[in-house]
Amino acid sequence: MRGDRIFGLVMIFAALGYILSAAGIETSFLSDPIGPRVFPYIIGGVVLVSAIAMLLQPDPDAEWPGTVMLAKLALTLAVLILYAMSVRPLGFILPTIVAAGVLSFQISPRPVPAVMTGVGLGVGLFFVFKYALGLGLIALPRALFG
Amino acid sequence: MDILSNLALGFSVALTPTTLFLAIVGCFLGTIIGALPGLGPSNGVALLIPISFSLGLDAMSALVLLTSVYYGCMYGGRISSILLNIPGDEPAMMTTLDGYPMAKQGRAGDALVISAVASFVGAFLATAGLALMAPLLAGVAYKFGPSEYFALYMLAFCTLGGIGSNNQAKAAMAAALGLALSMVGLDQTTGMPRFTFGNMHLLDGIDFLVAIVGLFAVSEVFFFIESHGKDSAIGVKLGKLTIPWKDLMATRWTMIRGTIIGFIAGVLPGAGASLGSFLAYVGEKSIAKDKDTFGKGNPRGVAAPEAGNNAAAGGALVPMLTLGVPGSGTTAVLLALLLTLNITPGPLLFTERPEIVWGLIASLFIGNIVLLIMNIPMVRIFVYILSVPGYILLPGITMIAFVGIFSLTGSSFDMLMMVGFGVLGYVLRKLDIPTVPVILGILLGNHMEDSLRRAMVLSDGDWTYLFNSGISIGLWTAAVLGFLAPMFLRHFLKKPDVPAYTAEHMADHIADKD
Repeated sequence: MRGDRIFGLVMIFAALGYILSAAGIETSFLSDPIGPRVFPYIIGGVVLVSAIAMLLQPDPDAEWPGTVMLAKLALTLAVLILYAMSVRPLGFILPTIVAAGVLSFQISPRPVPAVMTGVGLGVGLFFVFKYALGLGLIALPRALFG
Repeated sequence: MDILSNLALGFSVALTPTTLFLAIVGCFLGTIIGALPGLGPSNGVALLIPISFSLGLDAMSALVLLTSVYYGCMYGGRISSILLNIPGDEPAMMTTLDGYPMAKQGRAGDALVISAVASFVGAFLATAGLALMAPLLAGVAYKFGPSEYFALYMLAFCTLGGIGSNNQAKAAMAAALGLALSMVGLDQTTGMPRFTFGNMHLLDGIDFLVAIVGLFAVSEVFFFIESHGKDSAIGVKLGKLTIPWKDLMATRWTMIRGTIIGFIAGVLPGAGASLGSFLAYVGEKSIAKDKDTFGKGNPRGVAAPEAGNNAAAGGALVPMLTLGVPGSGTTAVLLALLLTLNITPGPLLFTERPEIVWGLIASLFIGNIVLLIMNIPMVRIFVYILSVPGYILLPGITMIAFVGIFSLTGSSFDMLMMVGFGVLGYVLRKLDIPTVPVILGILLGNHMEDSLRRAMVLSDGDWTYLFNSGISIGLWTAAVLGFLAPMFLRHFLKKPDVPAYTAEHMADHIADKD
C-alpha cells in the first residue's frame, strides 16, 4: 500500500515536471504539424494517469528490507558508485579487488574467501579481458605513469 | 522452392569456420547463463552485447554469437530446475514441477535427457516455423505505413504490459516511463535538445545498453544481496547417464503439442517463453489420463514445458525480425543489438539484407544441433559449473557488467547511469512494476514518435488518419483487447492447481524478462 502510494505521488510530480519541461522545448520553423512537444505531452499524460491510479488503488506491499538490510544495500550502492568513479583514474585492478571483495563479503561474511574472490576477480578478469578478449583496459593508476 | 534457395544462402553464410566457432562458444556460454539461477537470458545477452562490440565483431558474427546464447539459455535453464529445484531462468520454472521429483527418484539423468530432446524438438521445429512464417509476415508488413506502425507499437506495449503485469496501471506506467526516457536527447526532426538539462552527456540520448544492463543485471545484485544468496540449495546427485528410449518414445506427441502451443505463445507479442512453457504444461496436464502423476515426476511434465519454452523462444523471433517489435524481454534485448548494429528489422530487411536473416536462421539450426550434443553427453560440465558459490559468482557478474559498459563508452557517467538504472530496477521490481516495458519504451520510443509524426505529416495534422485503414483498426482493436482482456482472464490463467509457490509467483515470472 505505502510503497505504491509513495511511488505514485513521486511520479505525479515527475510527470508534471516532465510536461512542464516539454513545454519549454524549442521548436524550429522547419517543424512538422505536431512538432517535438506533442508526443512528450502524451507520455507525460500517461504517466500522470497511471500514477494517480496507483495512488488511488494501491496493491498490497511487498516485503521491504529492514533497517539492517537497507544499510547493507546502501553500502552496496555506495561501493558501485565509487567503483564507477574510480575505474578511470585508478585503473582496473585495484578498484575491482576492493569492489568485488566487498560484494563477496556482503553475500557471505567470511574475510578470507572475500579477499580471495576480490583478488582473483581483479587480476583474473583483467587478464581475460585484456589479453584473451583484447579490450583496452588500464591495469594500474594513471598517476603512477606520470 | 524459394525457401530452399534462401536456406542455402543462409547456410553458405553460417557454415564458415568463424561463425561455427562463435555458435559453439555462444551455445556454451548460453547454457551456463541459463543454468545459473539469477542470470537469465536477457541478463546474459545484455551483458554480452557490449563485450561483443568491444571485440569488433561484424554484424553477422555478433548476431550468431548472441542468438546462440539466447537459444543456449533456453536449454540451460532446465539443468538447475531438475537438479536444484530452482529454475535457472523464468521459463524453466515449470520444469521444476516434474523434473525435481524425477531427480529425487534417482532419475536425474533421464529427466535431463528427456528435457534436452524436448528442447531440441521445440527449438528445431520453431526455427523451421520461423523460416516458413517470417517471409509471409514480412510480405504483409510491406503494406504498413506510419499509422499502421504506430498502431503496432501500441499493440506491443499493450499486450506486453497487459499480459505481463498484475495491474494495468503499473503496466502503463512502465511503458510510459521507458518512452519518457527515450525522449531525452536531440529531437530527430528539428535537432533541438529535449530533457537534457544542459548536460552534454545526455545530448546523444540514453544508451539503451546502459539501461538494459542496469535494469536487469545491476538490480539483480541488490536482490541477491537482500536474499543472502540463500538460493544456493543443496542439489541432487547426477547418477549414470543413459538414454531413456522408452520415455522418449512415450513423450513424442507431448513434445509436438508443447511445441505448437509454445510457438503460438511466442509469436504473440508480449507473451514470450514463460507463458509458452506454462501453457504447454497446463495443456498437457489437462488432456492427460494420469493427471495425478503430474508434479510427482511424470516425464511428460518435463517434456511439455521444455518443448514449449524453446518453441516460444523461436516464435518470439518472428515478430522481432519481420516487424521490429519484440515479443519478449530477451527479444527486446536482441532488438537492441540489431539497432546498435545499424540493422533495422522489418520487411525491408528480408529483401535488402537476406544474407543476415537467412544466415541467422541457418545458424539457429546449427546451434540447435550443437546444443543437443552439448546437453546430453557433456551435461556434466554444466553441472560442475553450477556448483560455483554465489559469493564468487555475483561479484564476477557485477564486474563483467561494469567492464562491458566501460569498454563500450569509456565514460564514468554511463557507469553511474547504469547504477542508477539498477536502483530504479530494484524499486520497480519491488513494486511489482514490470521492467520489460521500460526497456521496450526506451528502445522503441523514437521510432514510435517518428511514425506518429510522419503520419501527421501525411494527413496534415488530422488525427483520425491513425485509424483509416483496416490493418490499423485491427491492430488498435487487438491492442485494446490485449490490454484489457487479461484483467478478466487473469483469474482463469492463474487458476490451475500448480503448487502454491508456483501459482503465487507465476505472474511475476510471466511478467519478467524471458
